[in-house]
Amino acid sequence: MSASTVQATAASTRPTQGRPRFARSTTSRGRKSIWLTIIMCVMLVYSLLPLFWLIVNSSKTQESLFSSFGLWFSGDFALFDNIAQVLTYHDGEFVRWLGNTVLYVVVGAGGATFLATLAGYGLAKFDFPGRKGVFAVILGAVAVPGTALAVPTFLMFSEMGLTNTGWSIIIPSLISPFGLYLVWTYASEAIPTEILEAARVDGAGEMRTFFTISMRLLAPGFITVLLFTMVATWNNYFLPLIMLSESTWYPLTVGLNQWNAQASTAGGEAIYNLVITGSLLTIVPIVIAFLFMQRYWQSGLTTGSVK
Amino acid sequence: MSYSTHRRGKRAIALATAAFALGATLVGCSSDAGGRGNADDIEAALQEESTITVWAWAPAVEKIAEAFEEKYPKITVNVENVGTGNDQYTKLQNAIKAGSGAPDVAQIEYYALPQFVLSESLVDLNQYGFGDLEDKFTASTWNSMSMDGKLYGLPQDSGPMAMFYRKDVFDKYGIEIPETWDDYIAAGKTIHEADPNSYITSDTGDAGFTTSMIWQAGGHPYSVDGTNVGINFQDEGSKKWADTWNELVENDLLAPTGSWTDEWFRGLSDGTIATLIIGAWMPGNLEGQAPEGAGDWRVAPMPQYEAGDTATAENGGSGDAVLEQSDNKAVAAAFVKFMNAEEDGTSISIDMGGFPSTTADLQSDEFLNYESDYFGGQQINKVLSEAADNVVEGWQYAPFQVYANSIYADTVGQSYANHSDLNEGLKAWQKAQEKYGAEQGFTITD
Amino acid sequence: MTSAQTLSTRPVRRDRRDWTGWTFVGPFMIVFALVFIAPVIYSIYLSFFQDQLVGGNSFVWFDNYAQALGDPKFWDALGRVTLFLVVQVPIMLVLALAAAMAIDSARLHFSGVFRISIFLPYAVPAVVATLMWGFIYGDRFGLVGNINDAFGISIPDPLSNSWILLAIGNIVTWEFVGYNMLIFYAALRVIPTELYEAAELDGAGAFRVIRSIKLPSIKGAVVIATIFSIIGSFQLFNEPNILQTIAPNAISSYFTPNMYAYNLSFAGQQYNYSAAIAIIMGLATMIIAYVVQLSGSRKDA
Repeated sequence: MSASTVQATAASTRPTQGRPRFARSTTSRGRKSIWLTIIMCVMLVYSLLPLFWLIVNSSKTQESLFSSFGLWFSGDFALFDNIAQVLTYHDGEFVRWLGNTVLYVVVGAGGATFLATLAGYGLAKFDFPGRKGVFAVILGAVAVPGTALAVPTFLMFSEMGLTNTGWSIIIPSLISPFGLYLVWTYASEAIPTEILEAARVDGAGEMRTFFTISMRLLAPGFITVLLFTMVATWNNYFLPLIMLSESTWYPLTVGLNQWNAQASTAGGEAIYNLVITGSLLTIVPIVIAFLFMQRYWQSGLTTGSVK
Repeated sequence: MSYSTHRRGKRAIALATAAFALGATLVGCSSDAGGRGNADDIEAALQEESTITVWAWAPAVEKIAEAFEEKYPKITVNVENVGTGNDQYTKLQNAIKAGSGAPDVAQIEYYALPQFVLSESLVDLNQYGFGDLEDKFTASTWNSMSMDGKLYGLPQDSGPMAMFYRKDVFDKYGIEIPETWDDYIAAGKTIHEADPNSYITSDTGDAGFTTSMIWQAGGHPYSVDGTNVGINFQDEGSKKWADTWNELVENDLLAPTGSWTDEWFRGLSDGTIATLIIGAWMPGNLEGQAPEGAGDWRVAPMPQYEAGDTATAENGGSGDAVLEQSDNKAVAAAFVKFMNAEEDGTSISIDMGGFPSTTADLQSDEFLNYESDYFGGQQINKVLSEAADNVVEGWQYAPFQVYANSIYADTVGQSYANHSDLNEGLKAWQKAQEKYGAEQGFTITD
Repeated sequence: MTSAQTLSTRPVRRDRRDWTGWTFVGPFMIVFALVFIAPVIYSIYLSFFQDQLVGGNSFVWFDNYAQALGDPKFWDALGRVTLFLVVQVPIMLVLALAAAMAIDSARLHFSGVFRISIFLPYAVPAVVATLMWGFIYGDRFGLVGNINDAFGISIPDPLSNSWILLAIGNIVTWEFVGYNMLIFYAALRVIPTELYEAAELDGAGAFRVIRSIKLPSIKGAVVIATIFSIIGSFQLFNEPNILQTIAPNAISSYFTPNMYAYNLSFAGQQYNYSAAIAIIMGLATMIIAYVVQLSGSRKDA
């Protein structure tokens, strides 16, 4: 076989071919390469250096923060002290912000992923009037810079009485155009149309088919989108900053920024150590979520469950 | 859009409230032009159950609110920190544009106040007889809150400028405390020549600092009369400052370190930044952020253009205003007064590191005789309080200063970046401001 | 092959065109209309007015658009993001693609560690990123300063006028390599095993497999990542806005079109002019995105 036949095979082995595909087990091919690992380690250092900085500085007191070398530990190891302070500072507002953030992430990112999956699947697997327009409309609206839309959005939400409520954060978070596209491309690859046809022959409703069959096939795409929307909602800063004027509704990002700004006001207490430790704590749940979701990419995705 | 219906709805509610109160007070009559009231309204309003919202970032405000609630048990005060300075103004501006959502009281820096006055968003407090409080405040802060015979709030804190310096560094290089700017520049050369990593001060260009320095030099770059705005950054005072500061800028004698950054605090801690020309609110920040510098810092009067002069300027500082959107203006005004003009309020503010704007506090023995451990036992407030008396009079900010400051880095900042003549940067800044002013409908005079 | 355009011209169920699809797309579109379309329409409306601080509101037709097209600051900003786009996006996407391939290749030790580590920067909140990069870029007490002292060299100040764009490019790359890597990785995971088996029978080497199987198969993901990276570059805002606090003179108020629009609106209260600039940028972005998208699907055929 020549290269072109390989390519031809690639082109013809589309999902439409109808064979349920099994995720390959990663260990079945190739040998481990030390050189590749070393090259990737360079990238790893690049990615992790700033995080290392974060961990090192989380262990410092406010006093030693600005007087010691930034990339190594110095003075007392105050990490646990700092964590305790973060959690209790100012009547424990950090904990309240954490709760808000979790709420926004669960409702916002969960909802966004669900809506994007539904819509992406619908676009990939159905033909309906107006289908071609959807792409143009979404791309067009996404292309307009969001920061410039902040004032119009604020004025609209203000008219609707939504500003300064959790809804003003959650509703905009429900939309992930990128997630929609991801599921769209993913669904057209991962779900063989024949399976859907078979389900229809069996008399299953479209929604039932979606939840019982398609969702499972979409799992890696769904998980990827969920991860992205989670991180986006978790780190959402600009929108809450505009929409909220009561710290009781703040998410962590706006709260941390407020802590950070506090040092530059007259009489404000400098708590950079808490800002840094708080930031570290903010990243931890994301890491846990990532580790948890990791298995959806790793294990066999749909083995045997399709037919 | 549906603004008109919204407004109508709000007015209906206001009328209903007024009817309900049977004219006993004017509280609630929010949307009526001017929201007229008088000093008696305040006393009556304080006896009714009500709630006000305050937007402030100064840490003392929350404590003051607690004291206020204790004194007037029927009133609830919600203090919200919605962001410092610009972040807060953005929210305030949005709420004003939306027609709802603004607080009853807002902390506003002196330089930003004219912008909110212009949009007719603030209540004239003269109607409550607050004009009589003038004697309680320093002239410079009072003037910052009043315009065209109207009083738009009460001063909360002030920032008369002084020179904070590292005694250890001065001693090491045998530098006397500079009396004039020429001495100061000479000291800058001595320090930098002895140690190329050390500088007399840090300055990468800051609009607030520039305007304050021009203020001290006797410049009046802005002359504002209603919507007539004159801008001249080449008047005698502006030039005097620019020519002097050029010596530092062009000869690379300023630490290239932005204020409030990690590097800045390190420089303040280890003495490689030897002085700061800054507002009197700085001591608390130094103690908190440069703890390693304890014992080494001192404070002295600001250097002068002529030996023997005593001129200073305000740097930073803010006041508290009552918003036109407020449904509870009388109580809001009462809180502003309690916080800034009554001892119960101001003492809390001072305890928490604010530098007072009230003359009684500035002259109290307790305040003046305070010995700061961080400053090696120096009675710093004697120096700072004197500075408050010596602020040059007659300064005005532009009615669009927030915008002007936002484009400072594009113009004057470039002179700093290129180590070139500040006058050129100032001219460019002036031109950009004139263009903006004209676009916004102001009459730009010569 | 998998690009959206191809999908929309080759519907899977051409024989049964009905409204069923809307049950799936409808909920998304309703919320989308509220959060995206309505503000855009409102902005278009706003862009036809001029609201002065003194003198009030007036209808000015296309004046704001004419002003924007003749505004040197706008073109300066647009030129800067275009340069950024041309240099940074390819570097970032190639790095992301290489990382995804490496992790997917099964030739890597501890691939799970790499996967999460490279993704992590995306999860770092902006306020931390500022503190961190402020420290790293600092040429007095920061890492750059330490390196200079240690090796007696003089790395140019990353926060000076001439290097700032590179400094921002580095931060953006650092943040988004992992993000794009995951997109590519997820796409690589669904390539059917039989393709690899066929290639193995054929005796194809690793690079042949990449060129002939992997790249064509994830083309859809690549096109989408490219489009969104283009949108991201044109809307560049967070990173320069963050760095502005530590490098005020190197980052002007019109450093990128989005920053210009933001400052016009928030510092200058020129909501109308700001809206006009946002709409122009939206149109420009759409056109370029469409071109990329079309060329992506053409090579496909």
